[in-house]
This record gives sequence, structure tokens and C-alpha cells, in this order.
Amino acid sequence: MKPSNPDFRRSNVLGNIRKSFDNSDKAKSDRFAAVDARIRAQRPNVVPARASGDAKALLALFITQAEQASATTARVDDPNDLPQAVLAYLTANALPPRLKAAPHAVLENIAWSKQPSLDMTFGATLGDDEAALSVAFSGVAETGTLVLHSGPESPTTLNFLPDHHLVVLRTSVLAGTYEAAWSALRNAGNGAMPRTVNWVTGPSRSGDIDQTLLMGAHGPRSLHILILDDKKTI
Amino acid sequence: MQVTSRSFVANAKKGLADANLQTALARLSTGFPMARLAAIDRMPEFERLRDDAVAIKDHTLANLDAYLERYEEKVIESGGHVHWAADGQQARDIVLQICRDAGARTVTKGKSMITEEAGINEHLEANGIEPIETDLGEYIIQLRDEPPSHIIAPAIHLSKEQVADTFVAEHTDFAPDRDLTDPRTLLEEARAILRRKFIAADVGITGANMLIAETGTSVIVTNEGNGDLTQTLPKTHIVVASIEKVVPTLEDATTILRVLARSATGQEMAVYNTFSTGPRRPDDLDGPENYHVVILDNGRSDMLGGEFNDMLRCIKCSACINHCPVYKAVGGHAYGWCYSGPMGAVLVPGLLGLAEAHDLPQASSFCGRCEDVCPMRIPLPRMLRAWRTKSYEQGLGSKTSRAGLGVWAYFARRPLLYRPLMRLGVAALAALGAFRGRGRFSWLPLAGGWTTSRDLPVPEGRTFVEQWKRGQR
Repeated sequence: MKPSNPDFRRSNVLGNIRKSFDNSDKAKSDRFAAVDARIRAQRPNVVPARASGDAKALLALFITQAEQASATTARVDDPNDLPQAVLAYLTANALPPRLKAAPHAVLENIAWSKQPSLDMTFGATLGDDEAALSVAFSGVAETGTLVLHSGPESPTTLNFLPDHHLVVLRTSVLAGTYEAAWSALRNAGNGAMPRTVNWVTGPSRSGDIDQTLLMGAHGPRSLHILILDDKKTI
Repeated sequence: MQVTSRSFVANAKKGLADANLQTALARLSTGFPMARLAAIDRMPEFERLRDDAVAIKDHTLANLDAYLERYEEKVIESGGHVHWAADGQQARDIVLQICRDAGARTVTKGKSMITEEAGINEHLEANGIEPIETDLGEYIIQLRDEPPSHIIAPAIHLSKEQVADTFVAEHTDFAPDRDLTDPRTLLEEARAILRRKFIAADVGITGANMLIAETGTSVIVTNEGNGDLTQTLPKTHIVVASIEKVVPTLEDATTILRVLARSATGQEMAVYNTFSTGPRRPDDLDGPENYHVVILDNGRSDMLGGEFNDMLRCIKCSACINHCPVYKAVGGHAYGWCYSGPMGAVLVPGLLGLAEAHDLPQASSFCGRCEDVCPMRIPLPRMLRAWRTKSYEQGLGSKTSRAGLGVWAYFARRPLLYRPLMRLGVAALAALGAFRGRGRFSWLPLAGGWTTSRDLPVPEGRTFVEQWKRGQR
């Protein structure tokens, strides 16, 4: 086989790695068995205690942590109040009443027509939208982190291209820890991973010029989290 | 990239004389370390998280072939492609071929040390494909044709005035007399330019902070979101990752992420942690249609299982760099390649060979801060010593320093000679110090090599052995 052959390259790299291992059949099969068992176990390591409170404490922690990371938050008690909350944000930030929204069931079932001044379209963005609205799969109270994942209900471009990212976080899906959010994702997808999972903690930033921290490096300049209390309906 | 690790001493002198660099390094030495301390104070489990992170990496390295094979299976299962490269040349060829197959004219890049290491940009350029760095710091140094001087803050050596001059020289579509005094204006200009590049690019290349065997997932960590735009918008996403990046499960990746940002910038968590698995699914509304992973060895398998094995635990957080008195004096370019500070001084000889980089392990006072702050508890001073031993054995280093070491060793092996000489020397220096009335020498005869760039503390008058005998412990 020639060195440019992919199979040759593969066995070459793996062969070099195996130089330091016991490569008897027995040792090798034990190694693979141990690795498979370790992967299957999906065992959590040390989990910080800070996110072990009840639902109320978790929500308070999430809000504190998200705001610490320069996100803003607002509370919404009913899905039908979302249009008004969105409009209030756009108005307060001197933005036109236009929005690209994720085609998510939570958003599609809302009577947006009650806010006729709001120009809503659903789908991915090509970079010509100033504001986007997504629905988080979960939230992690530990660090005020949103968990979003790609799929027909959640285009990834909405998370990164528009200047303003608005995200609905339902209190029913708020998790304390990342481990809890992973469990929820494994259950939701039957173990299969979506193409991409995004943990988002605050808006985009860079300190690369003069070690000065500036918001809005390439991604959103601001991240606004609409906390939707849906516990009552579940 | 032109490797200049052989010229460490000359490079370091240049760094010491660079006023902009010295200002930046002074700011760096308080910024990141203070933020790190504050973040650790908020996380009482931090030491236990470190223990777990170390155990995860040790376990993975001890079973590396199996984890990489399981990882590969999962990538293929999710519709991605895996390529294996023994060295930088193979990685360059593979990446170029994928770009050609994609008909690429421009390629956006997320910040990645491994592609610096493999020289991907130069190779694409030489073959008519334009690579565009999108991390703000990387973008600036690409315009200036410079290597990164810090692994997470690549343009840290530059003042905002230097960035402004670079933008005036390179962004010729803009009015040359525009006001660029505010960093915000510089950021906005780069953002506007790069926005168009993101959308136009045919291929996006990123590194990976981790690969996850359980799911066939690559992980990137950024604050800017540039890595995400790089890997979301083009039709093809190429991940380049070295062999030691693999971890077993999502839980294990999570533990390492908990120590990574805290150790690096003192953030609770970086803004964007992104887990990518394969190309876009049939019902996805966006994302790349092709997903490739290039797994690169480039000398690491030689470190596996040996005395430099622990270096492969490194997660490239930069804590050791941010706390290193040598780095903070000479800056990153002195090290002559893409890695700097204590991690660079251990890793570079491992990757390039000691003949190329034997000066780097000499650049340490063995103060031990690097090991203290390393989230992966890498015994950096021990490994720096090991490289020094090897250098001496292989006859590397300047004649003067080897001769000096020889003289010292002659006396050190003869305590009856060594101790009185030391007593004399220490007493003489202490008397001279007392005569001058200062606690530090800023100049000493025959010691200009030391005192030009730093003071020598005045000895207290007695040697260590004398003090030990007097019970001053």
C-alpha cells in the first residue's frame, strides 16, 4: 500500500499509538471491553452542588448566572404574552418590529396576529435579519447556560447571525446541571445526537484588541432570554 | 510557518526590548490570573473537578487506540468521514484534497492551534485557495503575517494602535483617514468584513477542544461565535484534531469544560460550547452537507506511555502561560513557534525534536506556578528538567553554558571544596549588597547576562547549608 492510501495512513497512525500498548489478542480485547463498558456507563463525574436546589432556587440561580454573563432576562407567564414581550424588547432597543423565528411548536401555536405591527417569518436566516427568536431545548442553572440544538424546529443560524438573539426558555425544561441536560437530550433523541448542540452563555464577545472586553464580536451583540413559566400547563 | 525556536535567546531579547509587548504582558499578568482566582473561589469543587479531569485523560490515553476506533465508528455512523494523518504533510494533503473536491475558493477558519502546527494556511494559499482566519486575534495576526503569541489570545502582543495601523494598511476599501482610536471601531470594521467572508466561504475549518467517543462528536469552545459561523454556513466542515483530544463520554467532556474556561479566562463557562456530530440531517434547516474529521498524530504517539505522556493531558487553556514569569518577560514570539510558555517549552521539543528546541526548556526558573495552576496537573517542571537532562546528554546548548555547568558540577561533587567557596561567595555578595544599601543588584561584574533584564536579589549572608545546620528551617 502507498503512504497516500487512506487505509495505510489509518493503520500507520493506530500502529504508532499501539507501540506503547500490550497488543496481545487478550490485552487488546480487554482494552476494548473496558472502553465499551466505560462509554456505556455514561457515569457522571464530580457534579458541583451549587445547582441542587428546588425549582424555584434553580430558576433564581439561572437568572443570576445568565445576567452575570451579560444576558438579559424577562419573565412571561403565558405563551400568548410572548408577542408583546418580544415587541417590548425590539422597541426598547430601537429595532424595527421584524423577527425571524424558529418554526418551533411553542412559537407556531401562538396568535402572533394579535400584534399586527410585528412582522414575523419562520425559518433559518441568511444573515439579513437583525433579530431572531428561538426556543431553548433546555437551560442549565449552574452557569446560566442555554442549550439549543439543530433540527427542523431550531435552525442553528438563528443563534449566531442576527445581532439580537431572543430565546424562550420554558421553566419546565430548566435543568440544574449539564449532566441533567444531557440526560434529557439522550431521552428526547433516543440516544442519537442532533447535528449540533449549542451551549450559549451570554452574548458574543472578544478581548482580542488591547485586552478590552467588547460584546458582539461575530455572534449576537445581545442575548435576551424570555423565561416562560409553563409549569402550570404540564 | 517559519520555526525560529533555535533563536530563542535572540527572540527573547527582542521581546524584552518591545515596549508595546511589555505593556501588554504587564496587563496580562493581572487580568487572567485574577479572573481565574475569582472563578475558582466561586467553585468549591474545583480541586475535585481537576482530579476527575486528570483521571479522564489518563484513562483515555491508556486506551487511546480503542477510544479513537470507537470515535471513528460513531462519526461514520452519523454520516461523517474520518481521515488519519501521521504528520503535518499528510494533514495538509488531506485538507487540500477535501477543499478541492468541494471546489473551494475561500475557506474560513475557526481558531485552532493544530492547524497552525500543521501549516494548513500556507499550504492552501500555495495551492490557490484563500484561508481566512475569523477569530479576531487570529484575523489581525494573519493580516500581519505573524504567528500567534498566546494560545487563547493570539494578538496579545499588539497595541490597539498597531491594530489600527494594520487595518489602515490592509482594509484599503475604507477611508484611510478614518478614526480608529476606539477598539470598538476596530471590532466593528473586522466584524463587517468577516461577515461577508463567513457567508461566501465554501469550506469551514475548525480545530477541536475535544472529540467524544460515545457519540462521534467534535467540541469547539469560543467566546466570539466565529467558530460556529465557520462550521455552520459553508457546505463543508473540516475538523482537524490531534489524537489526544478524544474523551469517553458527554459527561467526561462536561467535566473538562468545567475546568477549561475557569482556568483560561476565569469565566464560569465560555460563551459558546458547541458539540457537532456529522453533517446536516435530512430535515435540518441549515448546517454543512459534508463533515470531515482529520485525526493528526504529528509526533504525539512517540510521547505516549513515556516520560512525556502526561503532557498529552494538556487542554490548551493557557493557565501555565498566564502565570509564567518567563513568558511574562519575553512574550510568546520568543518561543519561535505556535506554542509558548511552559506548555510550549515541554511540547515543542516533543514535536519538533530537541535539536530544534533545546533552548525552550532552559527558559524556566522552576518556580512551579505552572504545575500549581494547570487544571490537568501536568508536572511541567519535572518534564522541563527531563528535557534539560536530555539536552546535556546529547551535547546540545552553547559551549559557554556547558562549560559553566561542567565547572559547577566539578565543585558540586566535592562538598569540601564547594561549601567554603559558596560561603565566601555568598558572604562577599552580601557585604557588597550591604555596602550599596539596596536589597537587589541591578548590575554586577561578569553577570550582565542576568542583570540587563532583571535584578539579582542580594544574598542574606549565609548559605542554605549553614542555615540548615543552625536549625533555621
